[in-house]
Parts: sequence; C-alpha cells; structure tokens
Amino acid sequence: MADESAPAPEVVVILPEALTRLFADSATRITVRASAVGDIIAELERRWPGMGDRLCDSTPQIRRHINVFAGGRRLGLDGVLEQGAVVTIMTGVIG
Amino acid sequence: MAKKTLLLIGTKKGAFLAEDDGARSAWRLRGPLCEAWPINHVVGDRESCTIWCAGGNEWFGAAVWKSDDLGRTWSHSSEGITYGEGGTPIKSAWSLGRRNGALYAGVEPAGLFRSDDGGASWRHIAGLREHPSREHWQPGGGGLILHSMVFDEADDRRLWVGISTAGVFHSADGGASWEPRNSGTRCDYLPEEMRYPEFGQCVHCLVAAPGVAGRLYQQNHCGMYRSDDGGLNWHSIENGLPSSFGFPVVVHPRDPDTVYLLPLNGDVLGRYVPEGKCAVWRSRDRGASWQALRRGLPQDNAFIGVLRQAMATDALEPAGVYFGTTSGSLFASADEGESWAVIAEHLPTITSVETLAVDG
Repeated sequence: MADESAPAPEVVVILPEALTRLFADSATRITVRASAVGDIIAELERRWPGMGDRLCDSTPQIRRHINVFAGGRRLGLDGVLEQGAVVTIMTGVIG
Repeated sequence: MAKKTLLLIGTKKGAFLAEDDGARSAWRLRGPLCEAWPINHVVGDRESCTIWCAGGNEWFGAAVWKSDDLGRTWSHSSEGITYGEGGTPIKSAWSLGRRNGALYAGVEPAGLFRSDDGGASWRHIAGLREHPSREHWQPGGGGLILHSMVFDEADDRRLWVGISTAGVFHSADGGASWEPRNSGTRCDYLPEEMRYPEFGQCVHCLVAAPGVAGRLYQQNHCGMYRSDDGGLNWHSIENGLPSSFGFPVVVHPRDPDTVYLLPLNGDVLGRYVPEGKCAVWRSRDRGASWQALRRGLPQDNAFIGVLRQAMATDALEPAGVYFGTTSGSLFASADEGESWAVIAEHLPTITSVETLAVDG
C-alpha cells in the first residue's frame, strides 16, 4: 500500500513553446511534485492561471490534440508518475 | 487631434491591423497577431484603445484575446467560457459584441457568454441553450455557431442573436429567456411543406439599422430579408439581386435605408461571386431596389468568396465600406461603395473586418 504521507514523486515537465508563449514568465522546463498527470495540470494552473484550460477540455480530459508522454507511453489525466519521470507535453500533428 | 481609421481584421492565421494615413488612401498593415491563432472576429473600443479578438485553435481551444495598447501587447482568457465540467467542449469563440460596458462572445457550439470585466472572465448566458429548440439545432458549413449579435439602441435588455443553423432568436430580458424570430424566412433545404419552420433557418448574418427601432436586415442561406418589427416578421428583399445566397450584410452608419451585401453564386455552385465578376450590391431604399458597385473591383476570373463577418463600414463622411475575401484580399471604398481599391493582398483567409476610429 502506498504511503500517503510520503511526498509525491518529483518529475520534470517539458512544455511546448506554443504554450509557454501564451503565458508571461512561464518556462519550457520545470520540476514539480506530482503523482499523476492531473496533478501536473493543477500545478501549471496554479503557477500560470489559465494554462490548465489550454491543456484540458471540459469533459474533462487532456485536449484531443495535446499529447502527454512519459516513459514511452501516452498518458491521460490519471496517468501515474514515478520519481524522476520526464513528462513531455506536446502539440499533436493536425491540419 | 487628427483621426485615423484602423481596420480590425480576423484571419485563419491571426489578427491583422491596417491603419490609414488619415485620408483612407494609404494603409499600413501589422500582423499576424495573437500567435497566429485562427481569429474569427475582432472588435475595438475607441475610448480605451482596447482590441479584443475571438478565436480558438485545434490544440488549445477557445479564447478571447485582448490588447490595451492597440495591438502591441496581448493577453488571452477563456475563464468561464465553458458549459461546465462534463459539458460539450467549446471549440472556438466566434463573434464579439459590446453594449454599455459589457462584452459578449458567441461561441461554437452555439452559446452566448458575457464579460463585465473587459474580457478577463466570462459567464454563460444559459437561457439561450435552455430553449426547447436547442436539441434540434444543426451545424451549418461553418459549424453550429453563434455568429451575430444585435443590441437594441434604447433598451439594454433587448438583444437578438443569429445561429447557424437555428435561426434568429430574441430576448427581451437580457438573455434570461428567448424566442425564435424567423417568421417569413425560408429553408430551401427542406421539403416544400416544411419550408417556413419556427426555427432551423440558416441565418448567415444579422444586423440592425441605425436610428429606426426594430429595423433589422439579414442575409440568409436562402434569401435576403428585412424586418421592421424586431424580427417578428421578415420580408424578402432579394428581388433584383443576382443570387439569393451570400454571407455578409452591413448597414450605412447613418442611413437605415442603405444596405450593402456581396451575393455569391449559390450554395452548391462554388460560393464565389457570380460569373467571377466581383461586385458589392447596394440598396438605397431598404431593399426595394439594388445597384451593383464594380468600379475598381476585379471583373475577370475573380472566383472569390466573402465570409459573414468580413464586411464593415466606418462612421466617416462619406462612409467607408470594406470587405476581405477568402483568398486574402482586402478591398476598401472611401466613397460609400462607388469606387474601390485593394489595400492588402495575400493575407490568410479573411474571416472578419471591423473598423475603429483612433487618434492619429
């Protein structure tokens, strides 16, 4: 059973420039504590209000043409993260 | 201080601004703005030098962009532009309207939002989507969009919206409740016995005439219409036009009887100007008769289209008229449509044109 008192894993998050250009003082590479992709979105929204809406829709899910990768897999909001994971958020190929 | 005219241009690849020399004879273009997002509509406020852009892209969804310095710096917001958790995602902001300090946004799928803080946050005007007809609304070629807003000059509570494809709806209580206002507008895409339904019309553009209470004009997928009673009854004014099909309609800034539109050849025939000869059509008698205005417009192999929000007038004397094409050309007339000049070419597909008078 997971130790709920333990701190969440520390992960690196890489953001696309097409996103960070929309938010003053944002960064393309940050480190956060997050157990799941949804925790990352919440932290991005806390740091840069409105960023969560750019990445997730109201269903609520990661937007259709936004991809979140970690460990060679594409993850949804409930994707579980491990200590040291590198989470890459990318714009999909459309158009 | 001298006044200049600023053209506010929405395109599929960002917003653009064109500023004149004070005489509407030379123009300087800036753009693409808003990170080259698809922008459906751009409006401005002369007093505060604020510009808003409605748009959305496939990656990041709908947003309204805002600049407080005539387009030099921008921010964006979609706070509150949602049908709630679990609700249908909003794809794009489509149209903007301003009334007594409030900012309104029409979106896809069709709905109406209001901001009372200059576009920083929004609230859904839920009454429209609570109308019992909503489950029957169908998307048109551009999607299920709320693209037109008209505000009563005298009564803040009265407004009209145009939805493709649902028709015209009117609220007399600030948006709490709505009723269809489509009587007399037809649906050629329905069987003959069903051609005049209560709702479901494909209104393409809805505008109000200045100074005459209840005078509305609409270019419809199936005809051109005028109402003199706030949309309770619509009258066909397409007699004399080369086609019943087109997208934009604009009214002269001071003369409620003068109206401009740009007919296209038909919905299934390519949607370009008839015979490849470009003309703006003007009526000086509220649609009783029409005159083609061609001087300076391409008359040979011009297979161009003009979208529903891509035509505008300014408030100068004589009035200027402007339109942008799907092929990225921007045309201007400084003499009420008598003669035209191209003032920009090779832009992305132009979705909207509006004007703003600014201090030079």
